[in-house]
Amino acid sequence: MSTEVAGLGGAKAGGPLKLAVPRGALFGETLDILDAAGIDTSAPRGESRSLIFPGEEITLVTMRPSDVPTYVEAGAADVGITGKDVLLEQADRVVYELLDLGYGRCRMVLAGRKGDERLGEAQRRLGMMRIATKYPRIAERYFERSGRQIEAIEVKGSIELAPLIGLADGIVDLVATGRTLEENDLEVREEIVECTARFVANRVAHKLRAAEVDALTTKLREATAA
Amino acid sequence: MIHPIPPGTRDILPDEMRELRRLRTALREVFEARGYGEVSTPAIEYDEVLARGDGRTAGSAYRFFDESGAALALRSDMTVPIARLVASRFANAETPLRFSYIANAYRAVRPQRGQMREFAQAGVELIGTPAPQGTAEVVEVLEAALDAAGLNRAVIGLGDSDLFRQLLTEMGVEGEARDALIERLAMHDLVGLEFELSRVEGIDERQRQTCLALSQLRGGSEVLARARELGGDAVERATARIQETYDELRARGVADRVQIDLGLLRDLGYYSGAILEVYDPAVGHILGGGGRYDDLLRRFGVDLPAAGFALYVERLHVAQMEEESRRGGEER
Repeated sequence: MSTEVAGLGGAKAGGPLKLAVPRGALFGETLDILDAAGIDTSAPRGESRSLIFPGEEITLVTMRPSDVPTYVEAGAADVGITGKDVLLEQADRVVYELLDLGYGRCRMVLAGRKGDERLGEAQRRLGMMRIATKYPRIAERYFERSGRQIEAIEVKGSIELAPLIGLADGIVDLVATGRTLEENDLEVREEIVECTARFVANRVAHKLRAAEVDALTTKLREATAA
Repeated sequence: MIHPIPPGTRDILPDEMRELRRLRTALREVFEARGYGEVSTPAIEYDEVLARGDGRTAGSAYRFFDESGAALALRSDMTVPIARLVASRFANAETPLRFSYIANAYRAVRPQRGQMREFAQAGVELIGTPAPQGTAEVVEVLEAALDAAGLNRAVIGLGDSDLFRQLLTEMGVEGEARDALIERLAMHDLVGLEFELSRVEGIDERQRQTCLALSQLRGGSEVLARARELGGDAVERATARIQETYDELRARGVADRVQIDLGLLRDLGYYSGAILEVYDPAVGHILGGGGRYDDLLRRFGVDLPAAGFALYVERLHVAQMEEESRRGGEER
């Protein structure tokens, strides 16, 4: 569906397309899928501590996954890759979600201590649960939709700690293998949503660099299907 | 001592004010030269009057009571107040009516550069001229305004707000499923759209692909041919409407900067037919938008077709500065 806008030659933005690449858990698989899509990733794979890796057609910009929507919404990056968990938590950021890349699959869950009734007790007797999480907006929306009241406690570090020493009755967190929960004597009580890596675009870049964005979307779609 | 002001509002100091005034003057001259006389309306209106114009979003984010207990609201744009003004003061006037404005409006957005809760809009309303001539005239004024602001790289997206609604009706998709699809389309969440489409019963794979493909069709006039290949009455009618407008733009010599975009869907409740969005490659946010609202005046008791656009003045200013520094960079 790539389209060159007729008569818009003068309006086409110059320079390579800037792609925001998430460091952290999604980094390796993101580079793999970019490789499969024919984009050179040898530079970011190297020892370099640079954050920006210029290329002929695409410049890779590496950053925290949670910063990707910020850069893409502002147009500092034209397109980007990040987790659905990040997009849901920052739902007020306006970016176009173009493709489910399928990898980085994990579940957003409500977890509590094994064999412990605190979650239910707190809800029944105190009318609300205290939930520790790095995703307060996802948690609030989820419980609001299911008609329950919570106090979302935002923590930045190891969430598992919170119910173990009495900061919270339960946690809302992202679970890949479940091993961390297991090791901390926690168990999944409810599944909230499944999250995978997503390809997103700035809304102006999606219009003004349509041909490049569509070509990259197609290549990523093929790489994902392979 | 620091005395705070509400989030999303700001003070403007002389250096910026001087530049803003120059920009406003340039825009005003374009509007007046084309017969769009400037009007001013109160920033506060009766809530029920604003809600009559845009019931879906129920007018303004800022509502309060006056001393007699009447519900007032801060306007969220100028289109609804001008519809009110036309119905009240120009009900029997000769048409077309042409008005322009540069005025503040108020929305509860998350404040960031170029997007405040109190912001200035500059725009025009053309009342009484139907599509395609009315739409084309508005685009012509819009292009002149962008040129006057020095944004000669800016692009105008042209879409059709009825396309998907009519398409879904044609496919027999109603109720909650329809709302969910429209919401995904408006957010431009393709992954969500694909998922919602897969849950809709009674439509086949070809129809699903039509929806997905249409939302991504944007470019020159060749996209209309590609849309028609997808088939169906709704697509046929929408592409015919866009084609008519595009031909009219071409006849006026202002089609070059227009990008046809079948995926365009604006989030305001009163649009019908053509919709417009304005982009500049130096800025990541849209600079403004507009389109036709042929049913809006009827809600105020005057049955007249109408079209217009609104540009965000502060974002134009941001774009001016970005374009200037880009040009400076090229010269060096």
